[in-house]
Amino acid sequence: MVGAVSIGSDSAAIVIDDLTLGYQRHPAVHHVDCRIETGSLTALIGPNGAGKTTLLRGLAGELAPFTGQITSNSAGKTAFLPQMHNIDFAIPLSVEEAVAMGLWQRIGIEKGIGKHERQMIADALQAVKLRPGDRRQLGELSGGVLQRVLFARMMLRDADVILLDEPFQSVDERTTSDLLDVVVRWHEEGKTVIVSLHDLDLVRTRFPQAMLLARELLCHGPAAKIATVANLERARGMCAGFDEKAKVCEHKSKMPGFAENPNERASGVSSPSLYGN
Amino acid sequence: MTGLSISAFHEYAFMRHALAGSLAVSIGCAPLGVFLVLRRLSLASDAVAHALLPGIAVGYLLAGFSIFAMLVGGIVSAMVVALTAGLISRLTILKEDANLAALYLGSLALGVLLISLRENRVDLHSILFGSVLAIGDSGLLLLVSVASISLLVLAAIYRPLLLEFADPSFLRQISRSGMVAYFVFIVLVVVNLASASQAQGTLLAISAMIMPAATARFWVASVGSMIGVAMFIGCASSVVGLTVSLYLNIPAGPAIVMAAVIFYLLSLVFGSREGLLARYAPRRHLAA
Repeated sequence: MVGAVSIGSDSAAIVIDDLTLGYQRHPAVHHVDCRIETGSLTALIGPNGAGKTTLLRGLAGELAPFTGQITSNSAGKTAFLPQMHNIDFAIPLSVEEAVAMGLWQRIGIEKGIGKHERQMIADALQAVKLRPGDRRQLGELSGGVLQRVLFARMMLRDADVILLDEPFQSVDERTTSDLLDVVVRWHEEGKTVIVSLHDLDLVRTRFPQAMLLARELLCHGPAAKIATVANLERARGMCAGFDEKAKVCEHKSKMPGFAENPNERASGVSSPSLYGN
Repeated sequence: MTGLSISAFHEYAFMRHALAGSLAVSIGCAPLGVFLVLRRLSLASDAVAHALLPGIAVGYLLAGFSIFAMLVGGIVSAMVVALTAGLISRLTILKEDANLAALYLGSLALGVLLISLRENRVDLHSILFGSVLAIGDSGLLLLVSVASISLLVLAAIYRPLLLEFADPSFLRQISRSGMVAYFVFIVLVVVNLASASQAQGTLLAISAMIMPAATARFWVASVGSMIGVAMFIGCASSVVGLTVSLYLNIPAGPAIVMAAVIFYLLSLVFGSREGLLARYAPRRHLAA
């Protein structure tokens, strides 16, 4: 068992071990064990309140774990696109300037943006189907175009692990399809990508891997098998609500109707009972 | 007007000193004001400006009417108030604006009390409203040095500061420089307010920062252009205000501020980007 873990960690970008995350002592996700393989493209699914955002924030390093740990084996950077951006539109920033900020690691505080960097910015804008040299202000953009801008900025960061929290929320089909092309391109470049989303058809057709979360990791495996309406329905019943007077957690792995064998769940492929709907 | 200005500055040495000092203050303060206005910190920085007074008063009590002593005293007390307001709002439920109001009222009262210990109304008046016409060689050197150094420092923190204001959570992902840039920025604001108060007094010092920047927003949109326009408007207000003050025999500090206010009101109506005319009597919209 020990041997399996250490061999495995060579191919895994992220190893999550008994991870519990939350706010003010209340867990939002707890006791998650899983391995995210290097170069994998994973859809993170689950009902609202399942803890998808919390898990991604934990992986991005924005939230310290209550217990457990996250081991990152990728030497490079982790880039996170939150669901709610925190941009102050009162500060005038053009599309081009906003995308250029993605070059921070390259240019830092003091270096200029030269010919090569300009080309990189133009390429990133083109990849999200925006015009190079776009001088519109961020506050004047539609939601879909703003999301394209944030994707272009993400491209320039050149991270090895990319975490996207509901990036297709409130954007239309065409924008989703264009942005999905960018995600697939990252996958082809060998980056490790985790995307949280709700569109199960999209997950089944475009994502190789999926994780189903309902405060616990219910299953993790091939997306075509996991991302089913029936599974999501059952996961919905698992999202125990916030309890002001919750007692201290005595971790019980067994949850009714799911993964009878906790070891199977931890090993990355979930119980067969979840498949074949 | 131009002819009057030229002869005013040509004839009187004290007018040339006042002009050089005012231009230095305008150029140093305008870019900081752009960031303050965009970040909605105009009134907070006004409170910090009032907090200069007790420090200036202590400097005045200890060393008389020495520009250096008053500058250092003002910087110390304004920094203390700015940091205390931030600290209290972090430790208690009261927000930063309420704390700033409480602290600046206290500062203003304490400052006036301290200065009146010497019972010299002329000095109190010139500390509150400025003595731009009395700037000597050493004072001028000080104002010019403060402006030059703060322009260089602002250039160094420009990129992280802009990002810290525009998209702080993104900056936190890629760099830790946001907090440092913000702190350095606050120091720059305090030092330049102290410097401006030598020319325009503690009550009006904030004008050199806020008025040109607020005016610039009516004309242009990008941060870089706003800085350029704000510097120009600050300098123009100095020239117009000083000239008018000489010929109408009115106090120079308030005259400069009034000139800035007139530029502001004109821009409010006629500003090509966000002015009232551009907004409510717009030209026909474009095809795409």
